[in-house]
Amino acid sequence: MPINPVLASYSDLAYGTALVLYLLAMVLHFVEYAAARVPTTALAATVAAGGDGSVATLASPAGVAPRATAARMGRSAVALTGLAALVHAASLALRGAAIGRVPWANMYEFISALCFVAVAGWLVTLYRQRRTATALPRLGGFVLLPVVVLMFLGGTVLYAQAAPLIPQLNSYWITIHVSAAIAATGILLVSGVASVLYLLATRTGARLGSRLPDSATLDRVAYRTAVVALPVWTFAIITGAIWAEAAWGRYWGWDPKETCALVAWVVYAGYLHARATAGWRGPWAAWINVAGFGVMLFNLFFINIVIAGFHSYAGI
Amino acid sequence: MTQANPVTAALRNTWRGLTSMRTALMLLFLLAVAALPGALLPQHSLNPQRVRTYFEQHPTLAPVLDRLGFFDVFASPWFAAIYLLLFVSLVGCVVPRSIDYARQLRKPPVITPRNLARLPHHAHGETAVSAGEVIAATQRRLRGWRVAVRDEPGGVRTISAERGYLREAGNLVFHLALLGLLVAFAIGKLVGYQGQVIVLANGSQFCNSGPLAYDSFSPGRSVDGTALTPFCLQVNDFNATYLPTGEAEDFRAALLYQGPGDLTAGTWHPYQLRVNDPLRMGGTRVYLIGHGYAPQFTVTFPDGQQRSAAVQWAPVELGTMLSEGTTKFDPPGVTDDAVRRTRQLAITGLFAPTAAFRGSLLSSGFPALLDPAVAIDVLKGDLGNNSGRGQSIFSIDQSMVDSGRLKQVARSNLRPGEQLTLPDGTIVHFDGVTRFVSLQVSYDPAQPWVLAFAVLVLGGLGLSLAVKRRRFWARAAPGGPVGTVVELGGLARTEAAGYGEEFDRIVADLLPPGTARSPVPAGASETSREGR
Repeated sequence: MPINPVLASYSDLAYGTALVLYLLAMVLHFVEYAAARVPTTALAATVAAGGDGSVATLASPAGVAPRATAARMGRSAVALTGLAALVHAASLALRGAAIGRVPWANMYEFISALCFVAVAGWLVTLYRQRRTATALPRLGGFVLLPVVVLMFLGGTVLYAQAAPLIPQLNSYWITIHVSAAIAATGILLVSGVASVLYLLATRTGARLGSRLPDSATLDRVAYRTAVVALPVWTFAIITGAIWAEAAWGRYWGWDPKETCALVAWVVYAGYLHARATAGWRGPWAAWINVAGFGVMLFNLFFINIVIAGFHSYAGI
Repeated sequence: MTQANPVTAALRNTWRGLTSMRTALMLLFLLAVAALPGALLPQHSLNPQRVRTYFEQHPTLAPVLDRLGFFDVFASPWFAAIYLLLFVSLVGCVVPRSIDYARQLRKPPVITPRNLARLPHHAHGETAVSAGEVIAATQRRLRGWRVAVRDEPGGVRTISAERGYLREAGNLVFHLALLGLLVAFAIGKLVGYQGQVIVLANGSQFCNSGPLAYDSFSPGRSVDGTALTPFCLQVNDFNATYLPTGEAEDFRAALLYQGPGDLTAGTWHPYQLRVNDPLRMGGTRVYLIGHGYAPQFTVTFPDGQQRSAAVQWAPVELGTMLSEGTTKFDPPGVTDDAVRRTRQLAITGLFAPTAAFRGSLLSSGFPALLDPAVAIDVLKGDLGNNSGRGQSIFSIDQSMVDSGRLKQVARSNLRPGEQLTLPDGTIVHFDGVTRFVSLQVSYDPAQPWVLAFAVLVLGGLGLSLAVKRRRFWARAAPGGPVGTVVELGGLARTEAAGYGEEFDRIVADLLPPGTARSPVPAGASETSREGR
């Protein structure tokens, strides 16, 4: 399959544009977050502590105007995120058109696709929780932060030119297996961020935590996203095993990537069990969820780059 | 239990401890931690070469880790102990739950609570129709629910309904299928085998006659190698296509094969073996896992006798297919072993499919066979192949060189058709190149079972996470200004996602907007309650 370099360069342009838009949306979200209304007790603490940027906003005479500005900023941040997601989708589609296959055969493409899923998953979560958790949009900055970092890494150190598939990857299973892995990782990123924020929110007296939505909302977002992602991740592992049977002669061989994927699965299974067990609910469960995402990231970066295994060609 | 004797009490407590969720969580966590060294440290089963390198780099630590089984994590007793305990705990948890579930399935939904207003979902209204008709309408609306209608004193009728039993069923299927998966996996490891063999792509044949036919063979514990699936294959050609960048695009080997049923008839079937597309014969599969070059040499000995050999050389640079190897010759017609061992020859060196010389140093510029060349040393003397030590086919026994019994007699770069003459008059001729393929044969009869259980695991997981167990009650009592007072209540037994909306829909159907009604505020319906 010949490569279309023109489409590939447009794809790169769209990638860069999406990254800049995400960055802008993230900044807007953080400004909104900083200006958001703080419960009175926390407000007193902020002012007493000398505060940072938030003090200026809170000290402004009316106290209402900045809040309206903040809300406007929040809305435009969400809109900007949506726009960026569209540009991002265009980047993926152009890359796919340029190479004539699904664009997720190396780490750059994988990261791009998983960030898109994370953003899309976040927007879907916002939409579904729009009535019950009005403070949720304010957290956009925290979701976009890992997305921006990942996409920056993907676009710089991990960047790979558009290229055809090597024979080992040239199978229809790449569409099925890798799509599932991307979808699960993207959704679990949202889940992991929600659990990190939950842990911050449950720390009483933490200044950062005071503006967060109530911890029950964060816990619910973390749980529901994980519940969606775990079957997808299971599917990714099973299809990976089916592909491994066709490609490597065995469905399971304790290849480092396989092992690490199973470890992540076990940790997430632990998270769901912990959340249904008295005495483990709350911070313990949230820590397990965060650890699960840690294993996912470890699997993506460390195993691909440092440890040699069958999945190494997916590297750089 | 009556006054238990201390032994049974201790056993019972151990069992309860083991099957508690807390223990299961700990074991899950332990399993995750214990599997990590298997991903981080090199493993004997995956890459023995890297284990050896690790030993060289960490001479003090490595033997300790080795004794503890860290280079064979997934076969180590402590790893087995963790997952066996985990599965015992799982059985201890799932079996009572299955019994409980079977009982629940036979029992009608629980009796209607006295005060429905206390439930997280609640609505209340009045209607002119009779209590019996309200209950009948409710029953019609609750199609797909398990329903029980009960009478209370004073002409009051109630209905209790429950839905979402599949959640627990999915959960049980998930856990039992995990167990089945493990068993099928273990059986496959017990009765299956894997073997690798290199076959020259010049019409050479391989027959699955026994372990000796393979270059390496890893059998399951119960495989003695006497009953391997009989089949033969012949590799006629191998083709690799490359992009101008040198990146591989496609590999394919042209085979003829005889399956178990063809051997007596002698029929051959053609097959194009490709990566990602194994040849499947019943439960036995043949994979194309590698390829390389085998330079062919003809040696003309001083007495005029000729010997030819094409032996695979190992690719050392996968990007350019620069290969390294040794082709060994025995002098023909020498019966005296002592004499023979002074005249053995080894041609050792590098092969490049597309030669790129830097001075006289050979390297390869491209993986395809465009301009092949070899850079060889010829050694003469005792190869040491009856020294009792095992020998690699890719290299000479260096100790023979060190002890002076094998001496270098010539060094040259050759292209196909070129030759060199040794001091004793022996001529070494580089005839050309044959390609070889590296094949893997895998046999695992339990594989379909593993797949079936994996699908059940996924299905069970999906059901247990997607289905919501919820209850609904209605009480219709004669009285009130209009005729009948209706009270409705709902309770989600699991994470309450969405039940508020479903409850509101049922309420809207049963108590149409015209009737006097007072549903609870929407906010209250999100209060979550979990089962288990």
